[in-house]
Amino acid sequence: MNGFSYFPHTEADIQQMLERIGVKSVGELYDDVPADYLYKKEYDLPDAMSEQEVRDFFYGLSSRNSRLTCFVGAGAYDHYTPSVIPYITSRSEFITAYTPYQCEISQGTLRYIFEYQTMICDLTGLDVSNASMYDGPTAAAEAMRMMVASVRKSTTVLVSSTLLPNVIEVIRTYAKFYGTTIEMIDEADGRTSLQSLTSILSSVKTGVAGAIIPSINRHGIIEDLTGFADSLHAQKALLTVYCDPSALAVLKTPAEWGADIAVGDAQPLGIPLSYGGAYVGFMACRKEHLRKLPGRIVGQTKDGQGRRAFVLTLQAREQHIRREKATSNICSNESLMALWVTVYLSLMGPEGMKRLNQLCYENAHYLHDELIKTGKFEEVFQAPFLKEFVLRPLVDVRTLQRKLSENGFFAALETSEGYVSFCATEKRTKQEIDSLINIINKEVEA
Amino acid sequence: MKYYDKLIFELSKPGRTGYSLPAPESSSVSSIDANLLRASAPQLPEVSEIDVVRHYTNLSQMNFGVDTGFYPLGSCTMKYNPKINEEIASLPSFLGLHPLQPDDTVSGAKAVYEGLDSALAAITGMRHFTFLPCAGAHGELTGLMIIRSYHMSRGDTRRTKIIVPDSAHGTNPASAAVCGLEIVEVKSNADGLVDVNDLKPLLDDTIAGIMMTNPNTLGLFERDIKEIARLVHEAGGLLYYDGANMNPLVGTVRPGDMGFDVMHLNLHKTFSTPHGGGGPGSGPVGVCEKLVPFLGVRVSGFHGNFSVILRAYTYILMLGRQNVKMVGPLATLNANYIKESLKDKYKLPIPSVCKHEFVYDGLIDDGAREGVPGATTLDVAKRLLDFGFHAPTIYFPLLFHQALMIEPTETESKETIDEFIEVMRRIADEAAENPDILHQAPHNAPITRPDETTAARNPILRYQA
Repeated sequence: MNGFSYFPHTEADIQQMLERIGVKSVGELYDDVPADYLYKKEYDLPDAMSEQEVRDFFYGLSSRNSRLTCFVGAGAYDHYTPSVIPYITSRSEFITAYTPYQCEISQGTLRYIFEYQTMICDLTGLDVSNASMYDGPTAAAEAMRMMVASVRKSTTVLVSSTLLPNVIEVIRTYAKFYGTTIEMIDEADGRTSLQSLTSILSSVKTGVAGAIIPSINRHGIIEDLTGFADSLHAQKALLTVYCDPSALAVLKTPAEWGADIAVGDAQPLGIPLSYGGAYVGFMACRKEHLRKLPGRIVGQTKDGQGRRAFVLTLQAREQHIRREKATSNICSNESLMALWVTVYLSLMGPEGMKRLNQLCYENAHYLHDELIKTGKFEEVFQAPFLKEFVLRPLVDVRTLQRKLSENGFFAALETSEGYVSFCATEKRTKQEIDSLINIINKEVEA
Repeated sequence: MKYYDKLIFELSKPGRTGYSLPAPESSSVSSIDANLLRASAPQLPEVSEIDVVRHYTNLSQMNFGVDTGFYPLGSCTMKYNPKINEEIASLPSFLGLHPLQPDDTVSGAKAVYEGLDSALAAITGMRHFTFLPCAGAHGELTGLMIIRSYHMSRGDTRRTKIIVPDSAHGTNPASAAVCGLEIVEVKSNADGLVDVNDLKPLLDDTIAGIMMTNPNTLGLFERDIKEIARLVHEAGGLLYYDGANMNPLVGTVRPGDMGFDVMHLNLHKTFSTPHGGGGPGSGPVGVCEKLVPFLGVRVSGFHGNFSVILRAYTYILMLGRQNVKMVGPLATLNANYIKESLKDKYKLPIPSVCKHEFVYDGLIDDGAREGVPGATTLDVAKRLLDFGFHAPTIYFPLLFHQALMIEPTETESKETIDEFIEVMRRIADEAAENPDILHQAPHNAPITRPDETTAARNPILRYQA
């Protein structure tokens, strides 16, 4: 056997180990496998590479990607990542640990999850948070299931048409197999229609479990959710608000809107774009729904000497105890990404989060106004926005996108209505915005 | 490891900042209608950068990872996480990609998916994979959705039941329930394998398929798999392979060749990506040719956990065709070596050759005597922590009351394993002589055993000053 740096066995080790086991070869350990299932051929894989060759290979691959200045959001936002975060999260004690089953040697993980839960409660205004979920869209799908499980005799969940398309798609996937009926709430003037909601509520006879409505919607509009919770609660149905937790530092919280559950993707809290993952979903609820909350939850207690200690708690909800009767099949969370978020929010603090949102607001509004001035876009909605908005293009969208891409920008994402969507976070500079506008002025024919 | 008691909120002091941002030109966010704004600012901590760095460094020092020491957690495949994986996953030209960028601007990322797809296909014998599932349980759910979609596409709508062995991971029945399937349990026989005679009467035209873990959670190869596959396929069902225990088959056996139609892999187990204290993982689902049209099921927001996928591909390229063949055999060698070395101290209910893991059913002599309760599996697990080892998986599988499930993986040396064996023997001797040493363990960890009952009865789930 040739040496390979991840296998510490020497020939002598293998021989001694085989002797103790009482077999002649490693192959004998597979004698219980039917012979025709043992794979005897060469695997169709590349030859093993040295670490240097692997590095060169990936440097080559990564250089084939275009690094574009990002003016698109749509569920993934290009916010700044402070250097402390990757430094802390790459500590091997965090990154190479498993789920904190042995709490006595996992207090590090358990403590930051407890801090994370506290921060999510703080941002959403709700009572309890779980330890995190896969991503925003799956958290929304879990909220759908949670509402169905919480509200007796209900099999219908209402979903706002103003949610991002990928959130709606994931909810629909889960609903199809779980046996939940989805009714779409119409939009009116770019916002979730309260009238549509109330008319569905009065027409669905089988009972509505609840509704999922965004706080900032797919057009970038900050929704006014006045009256939504009341209408739903009057029918014993629940309200889930899908939100951007970064914006919740300034916007009305799900709790203030009367929501029972809040979900969303915490990627905007310092997690790099990373081609869509790993991100982290979050989920919080009012305390009366705690027993139906899916996923891991960390709680505070005391150790044998009376010292503050943290454990995974309320595990009677979970799959490894309840099997098919569990609140969810979720086993892991996105623990390390929850640490990203926790470190991020610790650094930012209340003032940093406020300033960040101010910068986003300024940049996005400056970009918006400059785009209108080019004469190549029109306003679609008169509505408040924070960092993202849509415009009606008066130019050929394909040409626009191509010109921008050729000049190093990712912008003007086309929506299903043919609008184009733009986003400007605090990371975008005035120079970048001016240069984007300059290209549109010079190179895109009206 | 030493006890550190702070929470970040307790370090907070009004006016301190840990951020560095340009100054905004005005406080223009207040021009948004007040009805849309929150009443008061969130109570996030106000700390400086060094406070954050020290705090989280101190927290990390209360944690045990694979880099700290041996982690024989059964069914979790805690192998070494190579550092080149981390370097590649943090390349700026991967990290900076927006998930909706046009394909022609992300051809390097696309190549990663294509390369890993064909490598996993080669290793498993499946045709193609979807990379959207973010974890093993998420992969199970996705795989079951594919099975249901297949039956529905044929108008075969009666198939709403799924067979799950009693030894299965808890996620199997939970995933099936979320997928709207009714669970039918098949029993294990005295050898710890799926009982084919118990299976036969369960097979009819309401069965969507069977979920199998092979080797199963006892670490045993399901040697009747050929017969099981034939019976299930003849009844019109499909075979699902739970990839949680794929490690011993890497380089030796391909699930596709055994007749499995759908499977998931845990890249965070089998393909060396770090577990991150409970995620992010990645649970790609592979299917045989006829199920490829159903792979497009939308189960997560974008393209799955790309940063995890990158790490796994890096690992496979390091292994290459030469080293891949030794992953399973060395993992199996390590497991059998431990199994044989401790069976005079720990009950070994199934003595046959195991694969990557095996199960003891507690101590042979637990030290119980008049007025002194014996040492349990929990006690053994806690005592191991004192010696710098992580504990095995305990009280699973449910088939045995004192289960200790041990999985050493191929990346552990004979020396490490010998030390573990020595410590396990010493713990067994301590139990026989004075089980109280074990009852009180751990003695050297940052905390002693916590009061979990109060934690559940009186939940404190967030910090309150």
